[in-house]
Amino acid sequence: MTRMQPVNESTWIIYLGDEISEAVAAQVAQLTRNIRASLGNCLTDIIPSYTSVLVSFDLQQADRFAVEALLRTAFEQVQGVSEDLSDTEEVVLPVYYGPEVALDLEYIARECQLSTEEVIRLHSEQIYRVYAIGFSPGFAYLGNTPESLRIARKSTPRLKVPAGSLGIADNQTAIYPSQTPGGWQIIGRTPLDMIDWDSETLTRVNVGDRVRFDPIDRETFIDMGGRLDEL
Amino acid sequence: MSFKVIDPGMIALVQDGGRAGYQHLGVTTGGPMDEHAFDWANWLLGNPRGSAALEITYGMLVLEALSDMTFALAGADLGATLNGKPLLPWQQYQVQAGDRLKFGTPENGLRAYLAFPGGIQTVARLGSAATVTREKLGGLDGSGKPLQRGDRLLSMESAVAEQRAMPDWAIPDYSEPLKMGLILGYQYECFSITQRMKFFTAPYTVTSNIDRMGYRLQGEPVASEQNGIISEGIALGAVQIPQDGQPIVLMRDRQTIGGYPKIGCVFSLDLAKLAQRKPGDIVEFRLMDVAEAENRRMLYDRQFNH
Repeated sequence: MTRMQPVNESTWIIYLGDEISEAVAAQVAQLTRNIRASLGNCLTDIIPSYTSVLVSFDLQQADRFAVEALLRTAFEQVQGVSEDLSDTEEVVLPVYYGPEVALDLEYIARECQLSTEEVIRLHSEQIYRVYAIGFSPGFAYLGNTPESLRIARKSTPRLKVPAGSLGIADNQTAIYPSQTPGGWQIIGRTPLDMIDWDSETLTRVNVGDRVRFDPIDRETFIDMGGRLDEL
Repeated sequence: MSFKVIDPGMIALVQDGGRAGYQHLGVTTGGPMDEHAFDWANWLLGNPRGSAALEITYGMLVLEALSDMTFALAGADLGATLNGKPLLPWQQYQVQAGDRLKFGTPENGLRAYLAFPGGIQTVARLGSAATVTREKLGGLDGSGKPLQRGDRLLSMESAVAEQRAMPDWAIPDYSEPLKMGLILGYQYECFSITQRMKFFTAPYTVTSNIDRMGYRLQGEPVASEQNGIISEGIALGAVQIPQDGQPIVLMRDRQTIGGYPKIGCVFSLDLAKLAQRKPGDIVEFRLMDVAEAENRRMLYDRQFNH
């Protein structure tokens, strides 16, 4: 169901569907672009997620009615937008799936009744979409992991998941941009910094991007600056 | 024009108007928990709105003036003294080199704001000095650290342009009963009429689980017909109701997205009042129309547009 509503005096939420899908994700990405363009400086923050977009605006520049009119136009323009790969960035992230960093790879393989090689192949052959960013700065939720790799979160979260770790849980995969506690099953690690607040781009991925993981060997991982430090 | 930190007390954080524009990357806004006290602290010195000031929670902070200077104190009465003499909030003060500004414990309210001429000098990260410790962003050097012993607080200007006095009507009493305006929104339809009635009539106690991310309240549990939702953006003041039925009011350092059902949002200026309530205090909700919230907010903003 699509609908929009004000949630406080300077924020609107727009829902584009009730279920997570590629088509809804494409609309979310397009709507986010449209709103940025039509609200301009009036926009203070925008949070795209799986099926919704939260929009905060500056009440000193425009009132609720002016913003509603702009949002409605932007909203109408994405009706009918479906999966469109042409304007979506594809980001390739190198990942080392080796035993020193893939802390739960053995466990995942056992649970899914696959060999570790098959787990790596299945995980890296898939093309993912960034559905949402949150939990911590730059923490990207990617979907969907192949059916055969679906596994629950750890019953006891790790107190420290090293930065760059790639985790899987249910139908999702995610990269920990900084060292935080976390309960996802760790399958590998990227040598790249996922966030860099001093860079122009700030983060490597944005909501709506497509992501592919490129398996690299230990040597390449270290050459690219990857670290094997441990828990 | 500077102060030296002798003892950082419980927790003292540099805050400005907040870090806007990065929530799509999962970066929260930070900013003052009590926006009202923060804005008036800057107003007392004629500072631009949103200038970096110090948010002192609970108290125990000790500062020593390294030069003659002016500052403004607003918000909670945390038993502050200047060279042993009591100092009341909502005023401008002058100090001389060597003077000691000492905070005690809360007398009325929980958070005090200390503003300096032109604001505090900081290294901004992502356009803001707002300190968010868990994100390692903001503060004096940008690394997200709270105030430390030995830190220097330098002001942007050496003097203030004018003497200003607070209008009486703008001075709140934090011990007054608080009934917060709530704008229905998000998943409110998942709460039956009976559950909504309960929410709007029951008193809630502020628990000891209160921080800059959220205030957990305790009272009559409110049941939702939905356990979890697809994660979505969280607005300032959003009220999450997890399965235990106890409301969590999301504050300045809230997570940007989340998957608990929400009944609506607390009006921003009532959220500022909640930030001054302590564990054990009683609060209530009342239904507020978004039009009323908008009007009150616009009138409030008008005070600070120089």
